[in-house]
Amino acid sequence: MKNNGGKKLFSTVALIVGIAVMIFSLIFDVISLKDANKKGIPGFILKEVQEQVKNAEGSDNYEAIIKALGVKADKIDDIENFKNVTTEKIQATLKELGSGNTALKAQLKIYDYRGWMLIAGVILVILGLYFMPTKKHRKIINILFLFPLIFAFAVTVLIPFACGIFYSLTDWDGVKFTEFVGLGNYITMFKSQDYVYSFVVTFIYTVINMIAVNVVAFALALLCTSKVKGRNFYRAAFFIPNLIGGIVLGYVWQFIFNKVFTTIIPGSMSMLTDPNLALAAILIVSTWQYAGYIMMIYVTGLQGVPKDILEASSVDGANSFVTLTKIKMPMIANTFTVCIFLTLVNSFKQFDLNLAITNGAPSRILNGKAVQSTEFLALNIYNTAIGRNQYALGQTKAVVFFIILAIVSLTQVTISKKKEVEM
Amino acid sequence: MKAEKTRTLILEIIAIVFALIVLSPFILVVINSAKTSADIVISPISLPENWGQMITNMKNVINNESFNYWKSFFSSLFITVVSLGLLTLFSSMTAWVLVRNKTKWSNTIFMLFVAAMVIPFQVVMLPLLSTFRETSSFLGIQLLQSYKGLIFAYLGFGGSMSVFILHGFIKGVPYELEEAAWIDGCSPEGTFFRIIFPLLKPIQVTVLILNGIWIWNDYLLPSMMLGLNGEIKTLPVAVSSFVGSYVKQWDLILSAAFLAMIPIVILFIFAQKQIMQGMVEGAIK
Repeated sequence: MKNNGGKKLFSTVALIVGIAVMIFSLIFDVISLKDANKKGIPGFILKEVQEQVKNAEGSDNYEAIIKALGVKADKIDDIENFKNVTTEKIQATLKELGSGNTALKAQLKIYDYRGWMLIAGVILVILGLYFMPTKKHRKIINILFLFPLIFAFAVTVLIPFACGIFYSLTDWDGVKFTEFVGLGNYITMFKSQDYVYSFVVTFIYTVINMIAVNVVAFALALLCTSKVKGRNFYRAAFFIPNLIGGIVLGYVWQFIFNKVFTTIIPGSMSMLTDPNLALAAILIVSTWQYAGYIMMIYVTGLQGVPKDILEASSVDGANSFVTLTKIKMPMIANTFTVCIFLTLVNSFKQFDLNLAITNGAPSRILNGKAVQSTEFLALNIYNTAIGRNQYALGQTKAVVFFIILAIVSLTQVTISKKKEVEM
Repeated sequence: MKAEKTRTLILEIIAIVFALIVLSPFILVVINSAKTSADIVISPISLPENWGQMITNMKNVINNESFNYWKSFFSSLFITVVSLGLLTLFSSMTAWVLVRNKTKWSNTIFMLFVAAMVIPFQVVMLPLLSTFRETSSFLGIQLLQSYKGLIFAYLGFGGSMSVFILHGFIKGVPYELEEAAWIDGCSPEGTFFRIIFPLLKPIQVTVLILNGIWIWNDYLLPSMMLGLNGEIKTLPVAVSSFVGSYVKQWDLILSAAFLAMIPIVILFIFAQKQIMQGMVEGAIK
């Protein structure tokens, strides 16, 4: 009981202090937001300005500071942030800082720690809840256990997802939106030739890649479950490309297409300069990279076929082809479903290889207009938003991208459910 | 009998040819990272004359300002290890609570996690950036261009699949174990950490491998959150930014690619079986 008293005291103190610290930090948040708004520049820029002032202690060289800020903006690919910050606004802030306005300086210093205050407050509250002697301890533990992951999940997936769908209906520019445009973005999107083309190319790529990967993977799986010596070595060898990131592999293959193949076949042009061959090039690489992985899934499936059935068929005099088509393949039908959908979804989402091998090039003339011939949807979304700064349009394309993937996944679930019933 | 022998022989030859084709890009990377730029132009497929050139190339690349091998390597390692540690711990905790409390809420939360596995990164990446930027400036916690923010994002993105896999496994853990501990006076958190958590090891290996390979190789998320030329770079981002500044200098690019591949190849040699098994299991579920 004595122990309980100590616990109670500790938990009460921790809770009260924690909540107080959190409230203070939130007050600082609001003040700093207001302050920044008054000066017309966002808070994070204010922090940057302050840092630059610290670095250039005592100097009135505003231009150098602004230049430094500009360079930093350039460096972090984040010019968006600085769009609304005019030179005058920064100058005004700097003047105030430089003119010995110590109050502002001190204020800024406290603001710097408000993030840590918030974190400390949260930790204190968690400790307080944890040590609280109550009969509802189990409920508290449940909530504390759920909190970290669900919080991260909500902030990184659920909220951006909801925002994203909303932004696709506005004229969002990556920072803010001014107008609600309804389905305007969707109409623009389907009218733009580059998007429709990209859609078609992605579709062609997905279908061919799915077939190629599965055929090669199944053949390799048969090879790796036959009586060949050193099967484990081959499995590992075929599997390796899948472990290395698409970006690195993409550059390596760019070298192979541009230098090695042109050396082996003298006088030939690089495959990456012709629109159709460039698409074929990406197909080769993605099949090469992905087949080993799918192969391993087939191998697992084939190993699951019961030995006695295979023996029975060989006793009955079935040759290996009949065994394969009449026994093995029907028995691993489920594996086929898994592999086909896995390749379908992954081909559709292809980005890394696309970026590293061709980055959309070469261009192709379509109805008198140039379009990027190998720009798949994922890359198209990226280039629209990041490259061309059309955030709302890029987001709209992403929403459609999501809808297609959701339909594919739903189909998969329905098919596997049906199979389960049949079995 | 003889027919079978010839068949096996043919299969063996096919297997060797296939293995050579599959491995040839790696061989090309190794031999060409030991050549000078001029030698590569003359013949990219011959063996290098002087293997010592490889050391020169490596030195050039490792000390290069935009690649900065050791720094990027340790950034990647730090991000991967911390994300994996937190992800395994938190998703085990979440999955356990969700399995052991059968209420409407726990069902809804679980369904949300499952449904979120369909969401492609592209649809959340742009709002995510703006959310992180706003939150950073409001709360004063820097999330962009920082380890914290990236690790936090990996927790969110890796969470749904990890919870899904662990959920299925914990369902099979007998509840009697927990009841026994409960009767013996063990607290709920003690039950979880002392009894359930150690039992989850086999499935946690799967979760670690699936997420580890993904996080280590991921390009889009770190490139957007850290920036291509930011202070912190992961290995894929470093390779990309290096290629951007040394276009067509294949000797250096291939050396960089070689260095970027080495860590995972070494890991694969040591943990081949677990990695292959883990990735296949993850796909089937």
